[in-house]
Amino acid sequence: MTSATPVPKARPLSPHLQIYKPQITSVLSIFHRGTGIMLAAGMVVLVAWLAALAGGFDCYTAFVGYAQTWVGTAFLVALSFSFFYHLCAGVRHLLWDAGYFLELKQVYTTGRIVVLASVVMTALLWLKIYGVAL
Amino acid sequence: MVELALPKNSQIKAGREFPAPKACKRPKTFKVYRWSPDDDKNPRVDTYTIDLDSCGPMVLDAIIYIKNNIDSTLTFRRSCREGICGSCAMNIDGTNTLACTKPIDDIAGPVKIYPLPHMEVVKDLVPNLNPIYAQYASVEPWLKTETPPPTRERLQSPEDRAKLDGLYECILCFCCSTSCPSYWWNSDRYLGPAVLLQAARWLHDSRDEAKGERLDNLEDPFRLYRCHTIMNCTNTCPKGLNPAKAIAEIKQMMAVRHG
Repeated sequence: MTSATPVPKARPLSPHLQIYKPQITSVLSIFHRGTGIMLAAGMVVLVAWLAALAGGFDCYTAFVGYAQTWVGTAFLVALSFSFFYHLCAGVRHLLWDAGYFLELKQVYTTGRIVVLASVVMTALLWLKIYGVAL
Repeated sequence: MVELALPKNSQIKAGREFPAPKACKRPKTFKVYRWSPDDDKNPRVDTYTIDLDSCGPMVLDAIIYIKNNIDSTLTFRRSCREGICGSCAMNIDGTNTLACTKPIDDIAGPVKIYPLPHMEVVKDLVPNLNPIYAQYASVEPWLKTETPPPTRERLQSPEDRAKLDGLYECILCFCCSTSCPSYWWNSDRYLGPAVLLQAARWLHDSRDEAKGERLDNLEDPFRLYRCHTIMNCTNTCPKGLNPAKAIAEIKQMMAVRHG
């Protein structure tokens, strides 16, 4: 008896992001990527700032006006946080590449330090901008 | 490439429900991923509630209980039931581990069980490991020598032998590789943590004489350098090994070689 060879069926892909538990390792890594993208967007704003400066008094005043709305301020706070986070996490990556802090416990500790340091640096910067005496 | 959503044929539908037996003293619910090549349906998640008093302590005991007593079609790999064969690697409660060494009591609420993530599913909890075995073969995981064989074993000092600690214990369960987002997106070209840990095992072996050739084979933007030190691998290894560190050491060997 001959039986026809069944046509092979496309196998499904097992779920991944949908089911994998978020953890400090992966979350801080995706944050590093996200803040990097944010900094790229920040470059556009920086160029717009310089262009406004070159465009004369009225142009610059308008730019500063936009920057001081709550949306503008929120963006700049996010941008400065992105800068500090990306900087601290970047240093952490350099230390890893040099062979330090690669044990799991150290990965957790340095991860917490990076988050804390970037929050503190952002807070200090904005206290300074708003003229709070430190 | 990065594809965040599942393809159409892989999206998970609601499954069947098997309620707790009568006079159940310690009920525990298991939600298990199911897919069969024998029909045209999408994957689904079946829900089984069992009495823990009639079952052993580990997650593997529970799925064996389900297969023996409730639903004989449930398919999974298992062999040694003591964490040394690596067969029963699967995603339990959101992280990859061995079902045989994962206590049910460690998990609050329903126990969710999926196959190893971002793999082709053969059936239920059985992923297709052929591509990853081919990657393992590509690092030529055997002793390579130029010098003529000695009349007895190739000797190694205790210090040199100690360099293999943390590497030789790997059981190739691939929990780490399938926990790595970088491997999810680039498994066609990136070797992944398990295979790179094996590469490191041979690079560190004092008896091996093919170090340069091995490094040449890894010198590639994808094969080695898709590791972004995310560390999910080290976080999930059921044997407590550190693939991320092993990969960092390979990167250092590359840097030293470039001088």
